[in-house]
Amino acid sequence: MTDAFQLTSLYPVLPELVLAVGAMLLLLYGAWVGDDATNAVNWAAVALLVIAAVLVLGSPNGAVFGGSFVVDSFARFLKILSLVGSAVTILLSLEFLDPAPRRRFEYAVLILLATTGMLMLISAADLIALYLGLELMSLSLYVVASIDRDNVRSTEAGLKYFVLGALSSGMLLYGASLIYGFTGTVTFTGIAQASGSGGVGLTFGLVFLFAGLCFKVSAVPFHMWTPDVYEGAPTPVTAFFASAPKVAAIAIFMRVCVGAFPNITVQWQQILVFVAIASMALGSFAAIGQRNIKRLMAYSSIGHMGFALVGLAAGTPEGIQGVLVYMAIYLTMTLGTFACILAMKRNGAAVEGISDLAGLARTNPSMAFFLAMLLFSLAGIPPLAGFFAKFFVFAAAIKAQLYGLAVLGVLSSVIGAYYYLAIVKVMYFDEPAPAFEPMRIEHKAVLGVMGLANLLFVIFAGPLVDAAAAAAKSIIVAS
Amino acid sequence: MASWPILSVTTFLPLAGVLFIMALNGDDQAVKRNARWVALWTTLITFAISLMLWWRFDPSSPEFQFVEKRPWLGGAINYHMGVDGISLPFVILTTALMPLCIIASFDVIEKRVKEYMIAFLALETLMVGTFSALDLVLFYLFFEGGLIPMFLIIGVWGGPRRVYASFKFFLYTLLGSVLMLLAIMAMYWDAGTTDIPTLLRHAFPRGLQTWAWLAFFASFAVKMPMWPVHTWLPDAHVEAPTAGSVVLAAILLKMGGYGFLRFSLPMFPFASHDFAPLIFTLSVVAIIYTSLVALVQEDMKKLIAYSSVAHMGFVTMGIFAVTTQGIAGGIFQMVSHGIVSGALFLCVGVVYDRMHTREIAAYGGLVNRMPLYAAAFMVFTLANVGLPGTSGFVGEFLTLIGTFRMNTWVATFATTGVILSAGYALWLYRKVIFGALEKPALAVMTDLDRREIIVLAPLVILTLLFGFYPKPVLDLSAVSVTALIENYNTALGAAKAAANAATDAPALAAR
Repeated sequence: MTDAFQLTSLYPVLPELVLAVGAMLLLLYGAWVGDDATNAVNWAAVALLVIAAVLVLGSPNGAVFGGSFVVDSFARFLKILSLVGSAVTILLSLEFLDPAPRRRFEYAVLILLATTGMLMLISAADLIALYLGLELMSLSLYVVASIDRDNVRSTEAGLKYFVLGALSSGMLLYGASLIYGFTGTVTFTGIAQASGSGGVGLTFGLVFLFAGLCFKVSAVPFHMWTPDVYEGAPTPVTAFFASAPKVAAIAIFMRVCVGAFPNITVQWQQILVFVAIASMALGSFAAIGQRNIKRLMAYSSIGHMGFALVGLAAGTPEGIQGVLVYMAIYLTMTLGTFACILAMKRNGAAVEGISDLAGLARTNPSMAFFLAMLLFSLAGIPPLAGFFAKFFVFAAAIKAQLYGLAVLGVLSSVIGAYYYLAIVKVMYFDEPAPAFEPMRIEHKAVLGVMGLANLLFVIFAGPLVDAAAAAAKSIIVAS
Repeated sequence: MASWPILSVTTFLPLAGVLFIMALNGDDQAVKRNARWVALWTTLITFAISLMLWWRFDPSSPEFQFVEKRPWLGGAINYHMGVDGISLPFVILTTALMPLCIIASFDVIEKRVKEYMIAFLALETLMVGTFSALDLVLFYLFFEGGLIPMFLIIGVWGGPRRVYASFKFFLYTLLGSVLMLLAIMAMYWDAGTTDIPTLLRHAFPRGLQTWAWLAFFASFAVKMPMWPVHTWLPDAHVEAPTAGSVVLAAILLKMGGYGFLRFSLPMFPFASHDFAPLIFTLSVVAIIYTSLVALVQEDMKKLIAYSSVAHMGFVTMGIFAVTTQGIAGGIFQMVSHGIVSGALFLCVGVVYDRMHTREIAAYGGLVNRMPLYAAAFMVFTLANVGLPGTSGFVGEFLTLIGTFRMNTWVATFATTGVILSAGYALWLYRKVIFGALEKPALAVMTDLDRREIIVLAPLVILTLLFGFYPKPVLDLSAVSVTALIENYNTALGAAKAAANAATDAPALAAR
């Protein structure tokens, strides 16, 4: 083999390479110039993410590093979502990083590294690659959570996240080692072949592996960290946690389920059915009592992960397609909503109470309109995008004859609708509170784009649904 | 067939009006005035186009007409629109009432006029779409989408308990509908499509029919509303602004009846047959019980709301009798109720705008000050009672005949509802209109102004016209209704024959 041949064989990992090398260069540049470089680093990071997205679109199918890193249309679909999530997060963070004490160039670098981890995670095809990607992502996230280091809440959030995250990584590793012990291989295809009809040891490993993954997607019963971290972390960071890492974690969840354990579907299906029901129910009920909008979004995201797992529990190509569509729509809804939350500022200070939104429909009609549409979308009311997200996952569950799961799911979506409506009520029915400061241009842009994407999804749904179907097919066929 | 997508234009034209109103800018008064006029003209033009639909519609064909089909959601789910004799009356009812609703809110709605008009126009698109969608997912989209504008209409422009009423309305309806959504998915996997014309010909297995029927029932019974899930209606009606009540009573309630006719009956004939006794029971209870409840109401809107539930009982009863008269009567009753109950809410709105109370006890002797109003109110009251010569009579009479042919007892009990409705409607009329004008606040009441005459006059004419000459509506739907009943009986008959053959076969073999 010649050197040239080996280099071209790395072509599928080009996006990750660009991000990783770019992150190092920006780190050097930042260290050289100091915190004044923050703005330049931010924009360079956005540019890198966009370049990576373009490269992802053009990257060929294939496997590298001895098959532990695969690129297929499934990976491309989710990588694009992660990259969009990260890029938008940096845009949303510009304001947060502006004043002097918080002007830190490391922020964008850490997000780039986390994104690299996500892309590796999405493409991971064996347990080692899985762990590497997951840890690269998680370690960056722990630091980002406490980036506002002089703020008690932020550091507390980072610490909590780290301790619990380390615990879950431990469980995941334990599960992975059990799986390796009982199958003798770490590659997903190898595990699939060796697993046969399963066995107690393999099931044990599966459970621990799932525990670790459930922690990353914040599914019940591994959700406890979510409300505290969401509330404590700086709001742009919360927006980040709620968007891109969730996409990557769900992606690896899917790949593990249908890639490594297609022969013991029954074993993991019951776990997922339970986790999905518990997440949907907890997300719906616990959010009702919340007064802080970031905490509410935490419970909302727990619920939404439950809905996404409904599609995965089906374990069919339709189910995977449903999850992919769900994640794409979830990303737009979340980012749009967080753009609004970031714009909740009075007298230079951020406010986070739901009651602070009172009468927004009169003080800022267009922001209220878009936020209301996003909330209706989160509640899954047609003709908004959120309806289609739920439609596809529940359709898959019905086809897989998981009727109980589907019925409980739609019922909890009705309960969930209550608290989204309660916010709409505050904005539209209540007497106005003092107006917020004018929205910054980048917040406006993100809100507008995400809001319109939700409103007009009904017209342009076809291509996305088709792309998701193709992506789902690629992972099911590959296994 | 039309060379331009006339049905889509009818459906989505109001959205063009929405964009127009959104673009309005400038000083407050000008925006308000322009928003009102844009909304009025949009609804009027939509109405004119829908009249063209009626004009070009071929009532001798049971097929769907003005069909449009475009690929939409990857493969099996398409953008498919079309109307037949069952849906067209509702499309025209919707487009006809919307301009009246807009006029009725012209001077009454003072705050947030722009948003109000946007909500109503969006609602019109969603309502027309519900009646003309020929794909289940598309139908669900329109059906559920209507919740958002209605929620805002009740919640923003409603009365003192508007928050409670809007939440109750939204969550009740949503709860019923999500179950229907699951049934839609199950049907999709069974038939491989959500195309309504295809599904109408598809024979669903009996087990699925039962569950799907129940799921659809959950949705339509809430929407209709049938006893005992009607409790959201009085709250929503009372708290909604006048035009909101009109739309609720006249059109949104009809979606339930339309759903039964379009889906439950033709797609699940066995389940419909099996569950007909349930429907009959609930209908009779609704007719008698809610009529009795209406008798003791102190709020005018609440009284009319309960009478709506009773009248919808006639509709469900007629539909599930599955006789020509029953179904044709059910459709006619829905159209007639759309006109009459809408008009009654407008009448309440007239006095509410002057007195800002809906308490029946606050009124009395209005005939002395408001002769025109008294006359209009009388026509609608009598139509509500079902007096011959008004449209209310035709619908009730036909549904009763249709049911009588199937089940004498049900028809007998239901007929008592006619007497009870005379009881509460005439009582209301006497309390409000007749008697001495004693209350000082009423002494300055003025009669209908020009705007109110413009709103009520067409409704008076239609009520009387359809009372004497119901042919236009009945003819429009006759062929579609006949086809529906034929298909229903064929499906039932074929299965009965098969079942008989199955039971006969062993008998023959034994011989």
